[in-house]
Amino acid sequence: MSAISRDTHYGQQAEQLDETLPGHLPQWLLERRRAAARRFVETGFPDPRDEEWKYTNVRPLTTKAFAAAERRDALDAATIAGHAPAGLEPIRLVFEDGHLRPDLSQLDPLPEGVQIHGLNDALREHPDFLQPHVDAVSHERFSPFPTLNTAFMTDGVLIHLARGVTLERPLQLLLYGNDDSEALWCHPRILIVAEEQAAATVLEHYVDAEGARGFTNVVTEIVAQAGARLQHYLLQEHSDTAYHVGNVFVRQHRDSVVTSHNVNMGGRLVRHDLNVDLIEPGAEIHLNGLFLVGGRQHADTHTRVHHSVPHTRSHEEYRGIAQGHGRGVFKGRVLIEEGAQKTDAEQHSANLLLSDKAEIDAKPELEIYADDVKAAHGATVGQLDAEALYYLTSRGIPRETARAMLVHAFAEQVLERMSLEPVREAMRDRLSRRLPGTIEGSIGY
Amino acid sequence: MLKIENLKADIDGKEILKGIDLEVKPGEVHAIMGPNGSGKSTLCQVLGGRDGYEITEGSVTYQQQNLLEMDPEIRAREGLLLGFQYPVEIPGVKNIYLLKEAYNARRKHLGEPEADTFQFLTMVREKMQMMQMDESFLHRAVNSGFSGGEKKRNEILQMLVLEPRLALLDETDSGLDIDALKIVSEGVNHLRSEDRAIVLVTHYQRLLSHIEPDYVHVLTGGRIVKSGDKTLAEELERDGYQAIIEEAA
Ligand SMILES: Nc1ncnc2c1ncn2[C@@H]1O[C@H](COP(=O)(O)OP(=O)(O)OP(=O)(O)O)[C@@H](O)[C@H]1O
Ligand SMILES: [Mg+2]
Repeated sequence: MSAISRDTHYGQQAEQLDETLPGHLPQWLLERRRAAARRFVETGFPDPRDEEWKYTNVRPLTTKAFAAAERRDALDAATIAGHAPAGLEPIRLVFEDGHLRPDLSQLDPLPEGVQIHGLNDALREHPDFLQPHVDAVSHERFSPFPTLNTAFMTDGVLIHLARGVTLERPLQLLLYGNDDSEALWCHPRILIVAEEQAAATVLEHYVDAEGARGFTNVVTEIVAQAGARLQHYLLQEHSDTAYHVGNVFVRQHRDSVVTSHNVNMGGRLVRHDLNVDLIEPGAEIHLNGLFLVGGRQHADTHTRVHHSVPHTRSHEEYRGIAQGHGRGVFKGRVLIEEGAQKTDAEQHSANLLLSDKAEIDAKPELEIYADDVKAAHGATVGQLDAEALYYLTSRGIPRETARAMLVHAFAEQVLERMSLEPVREAMRDRLSRRLPGTIEGSIGY
Repeated sequence: MLKIENLKADIDGKEILKGIDLEVKPGEVHAIMGPNGSGKSTLCQVLGGRDGYEITEGSVTYQQQNLLEMDPEIRAREGLLLGFQYPVEIPGVKNIYLLKEAYNARRKHLGEPEADTFQFLTMVREKMQMMQMDESFLHRAVNSGFSGGEKKRNEILQMLVLEPRLALLDETDSGLDIDALKIVSEGVNHLRSEDRAIVLVTHYQRLLSHIEPDYVHVLTGGRIVKSGDKTLAEELERDGYQAIIEEAA
């Protein structure tokens, strides 16, 4: 199939947006959408000649004529129940093929000062409250996908934490791809705003029905105002035939601490861009990531941390595992501007190849224009330690199990950083299921 | 139990073992001594099944089977366990986890059901007491950051838990202080029984005063040049290897 003509397909869809989308769209959003649609029709999907897209060819996306999934309300509570990490007991919003399912969601009772609204509801009921937060942090410097999201976003969530409020229970956003029809897309928009000293934990969790092959193009905007503490878990467990592009934008003010855990295990073609702006002293970001690719999976993660003022800190620990014909990419850019003295930036990327056909590219990129900073980085791509493997088998442990034990040990360096034990445990479990060789019991952890 | 005949092995085209003959019967304890670089560890690793050696001649029969055709994990499950001269550090894999996987692999091999976790832990704790190891070692990563002596004790702990038929201990006594040597020796003596055999590689007579061997062999230049009883070890301690090497030449 040849590339879809953007003009005719997406241009027309954009023209029709005003009709197809709910009639309550405020004027400001309509205009922003139309402008974004025009820009996207102009730029189109990224080209492999673009340095930022060197390793990831999005051609599979360009040859399909995507359209939004209909609301079907086919998902049931029993299916959903299987996708909360055991013991987590989160509050929860459920989306089916991009549409919020209030009947499957449970938010009550929220502490005073916490507002959580489906994006569509917010548009209808609180458009003025919503307006300053849409596209507040997102930009299109490195990717045309946020533009595409702005043009076509249908639903999502606004999470607003007033000054000093703590949301004790984790909030799980379960985005479930249920429709396995060809060429469906959805463009969720997730907005997290934490005012001064507010705190919350948000899980953005992608799961699909078997065989789903939709394209999720999500934009997440996170604002942490002074002293706010946020934990953001991005758990991507799409079906192996799905496409996922995620852009996370974080803006951090004075003394805020944001921790991001990014786990990628599913999807056919996955690209994540995490852009972090530390714009006031004392801001601190922790970026932890783990990906596992096998079969013909492709996962590409780009992180960009921008230190623009003195006394900010970033700590990054990314690990990748590739088996089969899996292909992984990690590119971590740290930019320390001239005035950003006393920056403390650390980045580690460790990668494990489990087969001859697997491939991982890891590229740290440090750009430092200040002279009084602490910056360290390292990237490795290697295989399982043959000595360790032999030692384990010399105790009678089956080779496959020994391999799995070592892979788990490798992944644990990232997983152990998660403060939510039920999520850690769920991710260990997913990892086991995706590796050959069984591990009996979980006494080891 | 174990019969090695004219075993020759190369590493990277270099011949290290040049025709080893050795027979070990149930209930016996053999000590192998010899100068540095003579091939003692190579022999142990060839028996353990490590990759990278080319067997150019000879045979090894273990319990009526061709040992050299068995994968390392099968050798272990058949009861042949190797105590490493340099135990491997495995960050991220907890000691208890290794023990449990290894223990259950063996049980499965013998057609027995998986161990009950509680009973297993009780048994492991008992053996740890014997080795005077603190329980915290169970939850530490295998050998990671262990002192030399702690690593060796950990090797013996694995033996006590896995109960090998044939234990090959490669310099398990090196790097131990006097108290630790006693503890390790007691552990090894605890393994001794009518139907088990032990092969000790050591440089020191010291160990052999704790664990009395039935036979002592001198391995040098890839060959066993002399065998005798425990008095041979005393002789070696007194006169050194040189006399024997010359005598054999
Ligand atoms: N990978 C290798 N490549 C080349 N030579 C090797 C390799 N491994 C071991 N050797 C050589 O094989 C010979 C025997 O080594 P081995 O470790 O078996 O000696 P050993 O008797 O155990 O010595 P020690 O008492 O020091 O432990 C040595 O000369 C050693 O250098
Ligand atoms: Mg040696």
